Amino acid sequence: MYNFEFEKPSTIADAVAALGSEDAQALGGGQTLIPTMKQRLASPAKLVSLSGIAEMKGVCVEDDGSLAIGGGTTHATVASEAAGTFPALANLASHIGDPAVRNRGTIGGSLANNDPSACYPAAALGSGATIRTNAREIAADDYFQGMFTTALDEGEIITSVRFPVPQAANYQKFLQPASRFALVGVFVARFADGVRVAVTGASEDGVFRWSEAEQALSGSFSADAVSGLSVDPGGMIGDLHGTKEYRAHLVGVMTRRAVAAAG
Amino acid sequence: MTQVSMTVNGKAVSGDVEVRTLLSSFLRDHLSLTGTHVGCDTGQCGACMVHVDGDAVKSCNMLALEADGAQVDTIEGQAAEDGTLNTIQQAFQDHHGLQCGFCTPGMVMSAAALLKDNPQPTEAEIRAYLEGNICRCTGYHNIVKAIMAASGQDVGAIAAE
Amino acid sequence: MPKDSGIGASSKRREDVRFLTGTGNYTDDINVHGQAYVHFLRSDVAHGRINGINTDAAAAMPGVVRIFTGADFEGVGGLPCGWQVTDKHGEPMQEPPHPVLAQGKVRHVGDPIAAVVADSAEQARDAAEAIEVDIEDLPAVIDMKAALADGATKVHDDLTSNLCYDWGFVEENKAAVDEAIANAAHVTTLELVNNRLVANPMEPRVAVADYNRANDESTLYTTSQNPHVIRLLMGAFVLGIPEHKLRVVAPDVGGGFGTKIFHYAEEAFCTFAARAINRPVKWTSSRSEAFISDAQGRDHVTRIELALDADNNFTAIRTETHANMGAYLSTFASSVPTWLHGTLMAGNYKTPLIYVNVKAVFTNTVPVDAYRGAGRPEATFQLERVIDKAARELGVDPIALRRQNFITEFPYATPVAVEYDTGNYVATMDKLEEVADLSGFAARRAASEAKGMLRGLGVNCYIEACGIAPSNLVGQLGARAGLYDVATVRVNATGSISVMTGAHSHGQGHETAFPQVVADMLGIDESMVNIVHGDTAKIPHGMGTYGSRSLAVCGSAMVRATEKIINKAKKIAAHLMEASEADIELKDGQFSVAGTDKSVAWGDVCLAAYVPHNYPLEDIEPGLEETAFYDPANFTYPAGAYACEVEVDPETGKVSIERFSAADDFGNIINPMIVDGQVHGGLAQGIGQALLEHAIYDESGQLLNASYMDYAMPRADDVPFYEVDHSCQTPCTHNPLGVKGCGEAGAIGSPPAVVNAVIDALQSGGKNVTHIDMPVSPSRVWAAMNG
Repeated sequence: MYNFEFEKPSTIADAVAALGSEDAQALGGGQTLIPTMKQRLASPAKLVSLSGIAEMKGVCVEDDGSLAIGGGTTHATVASEAAGTFPALANLASHIGDPAVRNRGTIGGSLANNDPSACYPAAALGSGATIRTNAREIAADDYFQGMFTTALDEGEIITSVRFPVPQAANYQKFLQPASRFALVGVFVARFADGVRVAVTGASEDGVFRWSEAEQALSGSFSADAVSGLSVDPGGMIGDLHGTKEYRAHLVGVMTRRAVAAAG
Repeated sequence: MTQVSMTVNGKAVSGDVEVRTLLSSFLRDHLSLTGTHVGCDTGQCGACMVHVDGDAVKSCNMLALEADGAQVDTIEGQAAEDGTLNTIQQAFQDHHGLQCGFCTPGMVMSAAALLKDNPQPTEAEIRAYLEGNICRCTGYHNIVKAIMAASGQDVGAIAAE
Repeated sequence: MPKDSGIGASSKRREDVRFLTGTGNYTDDINVHGQAYVHFLRSDVAHGRINGINTDAAAAMPGVVRIFTGADFEGVGGLPCGWQVTDKHGEPMQEPPHPVLAQGKVRHVGDPIAAVVADSAEQARDAAEAIEVDIEDLPAVIDMKAALADGATKVHDDLTSNLCYDWGFVEENKAAVDEAIANAAHVTTLELVNNRLVANPMEPRVAVADYNRANDESTLYTTSQNPHVIRLLMGAFVLGIPEHKLRVVAPDVGGGFGTKIFHYAEEAFCTFAARAINRPVKWTSSRSEAFISDAQGRDHVTRIELALDADNNFTAIRTETHANMGAYLSTFASSVPTWLHGTLMAGNYKTPLIYVNVKAVFTNTVPVDAYRGAGRPEATFQLERVIDKAARELGVDPIALRRQNFITEFPYATPVAVEYDTGNYVATMDKLEEVADLSGFAARRAASEAKGMLRGLGVNCYIEACGIAPSNLVGQLGARAGLYDVATVRVNATGSISVMTGAHSHGQGHETAFPQVVADMLGIDESMVNIVHGDTAKIPHGMGTYGSRSLAVCGSAMVRATEKIINKAKKIAAHLMEASEADIELKDGQFSVAGTDKSVAWGDVCLAAYVPHNYPLEDIEPGLEETAFYDPANFTYPAGAYACEVEVDPETGKVSIERFSAADDFGNIINPMIVDGQVHGGLAQGIGQALLEHAIYDESGQLLNASYMDYAMPRADDVPFYEVDHSCQTPCTHNPLGVKGCGEAGAIGSPPAVVNAVIDALQSGGKNVTHIDMPVSPSRVWAAMNG
C-alpha cells in the first residue's frame, strides 16, 4: 500500500480534529479498508484509527428500550452482547464475514462503507435505526444513498447506532460463495406499528426497503402474505454469481423464509 | 519510521516500522517469525491468523501499529518450551490434518480460538467456524476430525484415518 | 491388525512437526543478505501492441536499482514447451515464442511488460507505477470457436492462425468410428464445458535468486514441484547456464497441484537479474498476481457421442474438443488435451472404436496447463456424463449399464493406444455400493423430500494413467524429456540412511512414506531413514512430483537402489561371517548365515563398509551408497467408483453435498493415512470444480474473478466427511512395489458424480433437465429448473 500518516486518538473530539486534514480517512476495523489499500485502490494521506476510543465501544439498552451500539463495537461483541435484547441483530452479526473478521470489523465501519452486499445496512434500514454521528442523528431511511454512498459528510464519524427493538425479526442471508457476503440478504422486522423489510446484496442502488412486502406483511405477518409478490429484476445486480432474475427471485424466497423464521 | 512495541508469545518486542507495515509483515520480516503465512491479499485465506489480546485476527488485515501494546500469540508460541506439541497440534499430526502445511498455522490458531469459546464444538460448528481458513490440500476432513479429537470427542466412528 | 511401521503402516508424518510449529522453510521464508526486490509491471489489457516504454521517471525514484524491459531479453531464449504434438496431418504444432518479458505485444492481462528491481518491495511497486507504457489496444481473442473463425485476430502475428494443432486420435480409426455411429441402435450426444480453474495452492509462487560472481554460480530458490526440470529448462533453453553453474532449490512447497511444475518467466527473470546487477533478488507473488500469472487448468469445450447396440453395449465413442492453450504454450500445455486426455477415453469400458479430435487454440488469456488430473478429469467427466445421459435415455440403471460394459480381462489393450495392466472394476463397484450404502438411498431420499428438498444420487467410475512413461514411448509421442526418476540411497557409517529422491513432496508426505519402504526392505526402524529432496546440489537428478508418479516411479528407483545396497551389504556380511554370499539372509536388520546361528547386525555391516579394516577390498569398494534410475515399462492405471448424494433446494437451486463415497484401487498401499488424505483433498477439488470454481473472462479478456472475493474456493462447510475405501487392490504388475498412485484420483473421479447426482435430483423432482455445465451454481440450477 501507499504510505500514509497515522493517528490513534482516544476521544471522539480528537478523532474529529484529526480527520479535519486533507485526505484523512477513519479506520474502523480495517477489514475492508486495509485490503483495499493493499491493492492500492485507496490512498488516504492519513488514517485515523478509531479503535482506541473507548466511548465508541459497547452495547447498551437505552431508557426507551432501544439498543444503542457504539460505532467502534465489533461484530463479535454485538453477536454476544445483543443476543438477549435483539437476537435477530445478534444473529446477523454472528454471521458477518468469518470469526477473525468479526473480531476486528465494526458496525460503524460497515455502515460508513455501505457495501451493497453487507449485512448491517439491512439491519439498520430494516429496523428503522438511527445513525448517530459526532455532529447529528440521521434516520436510516435518509442515511443509505446507494452503493458505497451515505449521508455522512467528510470527516463525520458514526459514534453509535440506535436500534428500536422489534417484536419479531429475522435476517436471512444467501451467501455469495466466494466472498461470503450476501448474494441476497433480507431483514424483516415486525413492530407494533407495522413491518419493515430491507434487502441487501440485490439492488444496483444498494440496500433498499421492499415496500410492497412491508404493506402485505403489515396486514398479515405470514410467509403466505408475500408469496405472490416479486421485485422487478430490472434494478437488480446481475453478475457472475447470479443473474438479475435470480436475485429478484431470491429476494422473494429470503423474505418468506425470514418471515417464517421470525414467527 | 515509528516505533511499535508489543508482547509476542510472551516476550516484549519492539521495532521501528513504516506506518504502513502490516502486523503480518512485522512478525515475518522484523521478528523472523515466518510461521505466520500470507496466502492472499483480500482477507479470505486465513493463513496469517494470529491472536491479538486473545482474539483470532488476520494479521495481514491489521496494521502493526494497531497492535501496539497488545499481546500477540503466533504459531511459534503454541508448543511447549521443550518442543512438545500442544493438544491441537498433536491432534493435527495424529489425524493427518495437514499436508503441505501452508494453511496449517492459521488452522491451528483458528482452532485454538474456537475451542477457547466452545470446548466441545459439533462438526457443523467447526465447519462454520473455519469459514475464514482455506485449505487446498486436505479437503477439510482430517482438519475437522483433528479439532473434534482435540476437544476430547471420540472420532473413531468418522471414516478413515 | 494395522501395521505399526513399514509398508502398510499409517505412520504419523514427521514433516508435520515443523509445519505445526511454524518452523517450515518455504521459499518466502528465505532471505538472502542484501537482496533487492522485484515488482513486475503487468499488462492490464488482454491484447495490445507496445509502441513504447519510458522508464526515465521510474528509474529516478527512491530505491530503484534497475528497470528491465523486453529489450533486455533480446537474444535471450524464450520459455520452452516440453511436448511437441503432431497434428492429424503429421505436421508439428504451431509453437510461438514465449519471451520472459513482453516483446512487441502483450497477449494476456498479467503478461509482464517490465520489471523493477529496488531496495524494497514497496519501492519497486511505486516505481513500476511510474513507468509509462504506450500500448495500442488490439481486439482480444477470448472465445475459442471465434478464435478459429476466418479472419480472426491473431494472438501471434507470425503464426498462420490461432490453431495450435488439430489432433486426431486414432486417425486411422476415424472412418470405422463414423460408420459405427451411423449404424448404431442408439446414440447419445452431449455438449459440455469443462470449466477453467485456477489451481490456487495456498502458497503463492516465490523466486529468490542469488549469484556468486567469483565462481559464476547462480542459485535459484523457487516454489517448484521439480527443481531439476526447472534447472534444465531455464539453464539450457532460456538463460544458457550449464547445470554445474546453476543450483535450483525448492524448499518446503505449499501445495502445487500442477501449477508449480512449469517453468515461469519470474524464475528466469530473477536468475537473470541477479547476474545482471550482481545482487540477490526476490520476487513474491501476491494472490492477485497469481490469478493472472499462474498457469490455469481445464477449459475444454467438448461434444461427445456414445453409440450403443440394441443390447446396450457400447460400440463407439467420438469426441470433438476445443482446448484452450491461453496466450502462450506453458511447459506441458500441449500434452494435456492430447496424450493425457485422448488416451483415457476408453475409461473402464470395452468400447471397441474410439476417435478423439482436439483443436488446441490460442486466446488472449492466461496460459492453461496441467492441473490436478490434467486431461484425465476432462476425459472422465465427458465419458461418465454421457453414459449417465444414455442410461436415462434408454431407461436403464446407470450402474447396470456401466457394469455391463466393464473391461473384465487384463491386460487390456484399448483402442486409444494404452494397455491397462490390471484392474477389477466389478470389485470396486461392489465395494462402492457397500461403503456408499446405496441400498439405503431410497430412505434417505424420502427423508430429504419430507423436508422439501430434492435428493439425487450420482455414481461414476474413473480410470487414470499415472506415472507417465516409458521414456522411449513418450519420446515418440513428442515429449522432450525423459520421464524416469532417480534415487540415491546413502548408508552412513553408523547405519543411518539418507535417501536422495528426484521426487519432491509438496504436501504428499514423502519424508514419511518413502522411509517406510526402505526401512521395511532392510528390517530397520523408519527413524533411521530420512529423505533429502528439492535441491539440485544435493540430489543426483530427478523429474519431480506430478501425475501421481512419485511412489510409482521414484519409489521404484528407491527400491532398486535399496536392492543394490542389500546385495552389497550381503557381500560384506558374508565376508564378516566367513560364509558364502549365497547363504546370507537379511531379516529384521540382521544378516545371518542360513542354517546357522551366525549373524551380524545391519550397523556392523555399515561400519565395516566405512571402516574397512576387515573387508573384501579386492572384491568390492568401501562405502555403501547406490543410485538407481528407474524408467517404468508402462503407465499405472488406478481406477475406482465414486458415489455422491446431493440435496437440491428447489426454491434457491442450492446444491449441498450430503454424502460422498469413494472406492479406489491404488494397488498396494504404503501409508493408508496419507492415501486417504490424498483422496480427501482430490475430492474437495473435484467438488470445487463441480459446484464452485470457474475462472471467467469477459470479452475484453479481463478475468472477472481474480481474487478470493469472487473466485469461490471450497470451504470446510462446502464438503462433508467422506467415506473412502481402498481395500480393492490389484497391484501394478510392472513396478516393484505394485503401487499405482493416488494423488489425482479424487479430482478426476468426483466431478461427474456430483453433476450426475444433481441431474438425478432434478429429475426426481419432475424437472426434465439433462445437463448443467459446471460449476453447478445455485443460479444455474435455478435457471435450469425454470428454463
